[in-house]
Amino acid sequence: MRAEVAIIGGGMFGAALAYGLRRDGRDVVLVDQGDVAHRAARGNFGLVWVQSKGVNSPAYAAWTRRSADLWADFAAELTDLTGIDPHHHRPGGLEPCLTEHEFETRKTMLETLRGHSNGAFEFEMLDARAARDLIPGFGQEVIGASYSPQDGHAGPLNLLRALHAGYRKLGGQAITDAQVDSITPTADGFMLSSRGHDPVNAERIIIAAGLGNKKLAAMVGIDAPIEPLKGQIMVTEKVSPFLTYPLSGVRQTAEGGVLLGGSHEDVGFQDDSSAPVMAAIADRARRVFPFLANARIVRSWAAIRPMAPDGLPIYDQSATLPGAFVVSGHSGVTLAAVHATVMAPAIAAGHLPPDVAPLNAGRFHE
Amino acid sequence: MFTDVAGEERQMITIRFDGRELSVPAGISVAAALLGCDITTMRTTPQSGAARAAYCMMGICFDCLMVIDGEANQQACMVEVRDGMTVAPQQGAPEIMVTEVPS
Repeated sequence: MRAEVAIIGGGMFGAALAYGLRRDGRDVVLVDQGDVAHRAARGNFGLVWVQSKGVNSPAYAAWTRRSADLWADFAAELTDLTGIDPHHHRPGGLEPCLTEHEFETRKTMLETLRGHSNGAFEFEMLDARAARDLIPGFGQEVIGASYSPQDGHAGPLNLLRALHAGYRKLGGQAITDAQVDSITPTADGFMLSSRGHDPVNAERIIIAAGLGNKKLAAMVGIDAPIEPLKGQIMVTEKVSPFLTYPLSGVRQTAEGGVLLGGSHEDVGFQDDSSAPVMAAIADRARRVFPFLANARIVRSWAAIRPMAPDGLPIYDQSATLPGAFVVSGHSGVTLAAVHATVMAPAIAAGHLPPDVAPLNAGRFHE
Repeated sequence: MFTDVAGEERQMITIRFDGRELSVPAGISVAAALLGCDITTMRTTPQSGAARAAYCMMGICFDCLMVIDGEANQQACMVEVRDGMTVAPQQGAPEIMVTEVPS
């Protein structure tokens, strides 16, 4: 099989780029490993989140804001094309604070973020009364909250399905059960070899394989030091709408279930639910919304974020093998809009958007 | 719609459904008891409001959610009938929010 661009990985990054390249009229093939993959894109919480992203990286903060600003039009485009609504809403988001220390730490962090954004990042710190004006259900332990009008949320599974459906509808090709074993430079690009499949030849390749990127990026001379970082999520039975705003660890889906999350564990590739972490998540959620004690938990799961040591995405093009791109990161829902509409056309033209230059893989060797 | 294969040997008890008294066999599930009385709307869905009856009868499908003795979202196929029990359809998603009044 031959294509202009081959993408390795059909997760949130790969699917958004595949869709964006087809949208740009490019000849694309998407090569996915199949359900043996770790599938971070099936475990997302679903925030389209700006506050707290990129406190130490103005480039990442700006890239995140840009995607959040593109999201509403992008969601409408996907819904029109596929009939699958990614349920995007942008009412603004909150992080509730339960102690004065949390409140002050949060305030300092967000002031830093606003400072290096030249005012482009907007937020306010709400006292207990102002927080309750927005969310009447907050419990007595909530002493305040940060609020940013730039935050929102979406249904991550709807998004992933819409990206794949849109890609297919625009004529994109996909191989859904091929693990890429080797990447070989050729006279006019690259050859991807997978056991049991014909090789795929492409002028350009995008390595978007999540945790698999570490091994694959090395094949094109890029060191992508990606490590697993586990997150756990629980969801309640469907309940009547009570929460319009997404919080960083609690959000109510369009269907009515309440997602509870927000854990970070460095436990390798172990991806099962664990009682102590679920208890801690549930405890915090119940302190924020005491009445959540009345809601049954009906499912729980864990997923593994592909995480760089500094927590930022990695975007790079190989210096030794130009045309080979590596993209990695954990905030695939937030970044889907900018990946599809900005990054995909740039890669098709042979370069990464200048916005993400500081997020190159070389930063780990400086 | 359904015939009780145990015939008339059953001990019968009384449950209340939507204000009516129903005589049903002891020892069976709420969902089975209602189906035995030709009652097929056990809940309405949170999204479209469409009516639903028990489907799997084994605790998997969550289509038989009902308010049982005042407690919302109970799986009627997993709860045994009890004399004097009150049962009502689950209309959409239950309210859980109880707003605390700041003191």
